[in-house]
Amino acid sequence: MASVELTDVRKVYGSSVEAVKGVNISINDGALCVLVGPSGCGKSTLLRMIAGLESITDGTVKIDSTVVNNLGPAERDIAMVFQNYALYPHMKVYDNMAYGLRNRGMPKDEIDKRVRDAAQILELTQLLERRPKELSGGQRQRVAMGRAIVRSPKVFLFDEPLSNLDAKLRGQMRVEIKNLQRQLGVTSVYVTHDQLEAMTLADILVVMNGGAVEQIGAPLDIYEKPASTFVASFIGAPPMNLVPVTADGSGLILKDGTRIGAQGLAVPISGAVIGFRPEDLEVSAGTNTHIGGLALDLKVLGVEPVGAESYVYGIIGGERVVVRVSGRSTSQTDDHLRVIIPKEKLHLFNEAGKRI
Amino acid sequence: MIQNNPIGRIIAHIILIVGILIVAFPIYYTFVASTQTLQDIIRPPLSLLPGGHFWENYSSALFGGIGKIGGVGVDRLLLNTLVMALGIAIGKIIISILSAYAIVFFRFPGRMFFFWFIFITLMLPVEVRILPTYKIMVDLGLIDTYTGLILPLMASATATLLFRQFFMTIPGELVEAARVDGAGPWRFFKDILLPLSKTNIAALFVILFIYGWTQYLWPLLMTNRNDMATIVIGLRKMIDFTDANTQWHLVMVTCILAILPPILVVVLMQRWFVRGLVETEK
Repeated sequence: MASVELTDVRKVYGSSVEAVKGVNISINDGALCVLVGPSGCGKSTLLRMIAGLESITDGTVKIDSTVVNNLGPAERDIAMVFQNYALYPHMKVYDNMAYGLRNRGMPKDEIDKRVRDAAQILELTQLLERRPKELSGGQRQRVAMGRAIVRSPKVFLFDEPLSNLDAKLRGQMRVEIKNLQRQLGVTSVYVTHDQLEAMTLADILVVMNGGAVEQIGAPLDIYEKPASTFVASFIGAPPMNLVPVTADGSGLILKDGTRIGAQGLAVPISGAVIGFRPEDLEVSAGTNTHIGGLALDLKVLGVEPVGAESYVYGIIGGERVVVRVSGRSTSQTDDHLRVIIPKEKLHLFNEAGKRI
Repeated sequence: MIQNNPIGRIIAHIILIVGILIVAFPIYYTFVASTQTLQDIIRPPLSLLPGGHFWENYSSALFGGIGKIGGVGVDRLLLNTLVMALGIAIGKIIISILSAYAIVFFRFPGRMFFFWFIFITLMLPVEVRILPTYKIMVDLGLIDTYTGLILPLMASATATLLFRQFFMTIPGELVEAARVDGAGPWRFFKDILLPLSKTNIAALFVILFIYGWTQYLWPLLMTNRNDMATIVIGLRKMIDFTDANTQWHLVMVTCILAILPPILVVVLMQRWFVRGLVETEK
């Protein structure tokens, strides 16, 4: 168990391609930190730098307050779960888990005890004599976890471990990973591109974009106060609606020229983006009953009922938006709805996409 | 497909049977001849059924004085050939698997240069470099030695390429998992790469063993002494063109004996061989 600290970590490929641009993250002992972002944002590179599989161009990585920049992966006392599990195909489940321990010269009975304990936790006891190709995807995933657990390392590293599973199993394994991590209390870094996984697993959520950190914080804090339009649109499903506006003395002007009341919003003249979550909209029956919020006209493009709720897709001021309505929606295509965004639910971003 | 069509199946079987007959008949005929007396053989037509001199011919070829070629028994020739074929097969596999390992998994200066250098040698047939190689062997005093028979045939670009292609299909994550598990280069090779390559090794072994067993030109150049000759050279020496003194029935026996070991290798390793050719177990 240990803390992990990244200070100004940079990765430059060749002479000019900057994959990771000065990242600072500090992960407390026992916390689960999720790195999330679109593909190519540098999250996997960052994880591999912590693992020691990728060299560090600049900055320091500390595990348990020891700088590990120049240590090999085996010396860092980390264990990694790979996206494709990377199980040794010719070894039985038992040997797959025991291999790392044997290489460290651990006594046989100690290895046996650890493997059997891990197998017990992961319900793999029946499968110890099987080979990886005789296992299902979920079981392989468990073996990969087991291989990490038996080592009882200082840090667990997960590189998109669930992305090869089907949706149902993914949800199940997500809960298992979370519980396991809690139970073992091992500091973990988890990379995913799935915002739902990120939200549900993370103690600390790190949203990355283009090699840099966009925002670090508790998942719900990030959800409630996204630092930029990128974070706003990446976290949450369906994503936050973003509508660009300009202002003059008397109110706000939408892209298509519709004027709306400013309602005390301090919008810069140069323009801004207002954001609102799909679930924060209230559909109003009347025509103009706004109570301390922005009242907008929405033209319905289509309705998607998904059971417990419905998504109403529409256009506000020339921008496509989504509204989440509980239960069934009675709206029809081409209907005009009056929607109200309560003022406290409004997010305001400047032209550069930063939160105001 | 024609699987369920009875006529198609019959035609397919006929074609297969004809094919087998064409391939197998000469071998069968050799066997038939090896069980006849010399007189029967040189007085055509030869019977299509085996004669009654099986034990007589085989024991005289293996143990008797008549079968000797310049004072050397068939057993000695078989041993020489076995040593050569095994040496070439095993040596080639060791060298090529190690060089492929280096080329695929290590980054070192001149890596691609070495790869292309090995690759280019593919384009040179053995016959082209046979004279310079012979000169080197003579200078090293390796004429009439096993080393001289084996060494020049060991370096192989084909096997190196085959292993390289196989190693390239091994996922990078597996290599990284081994690194995280604390396996150094040697351990990785021994614990992971070798077990994964075993079907390839088996297939290559079969091919190379037969390649070594059937070598003719190189042993012909390299051996002067009769007791260092291989079975194929021995066969050639048994056939006397100047006078009609050739012991054809014993030549046929030797032929059969020369065919047996490769067949044995193929039969015994067939399962591995086929798996190595068709399966990419990962």
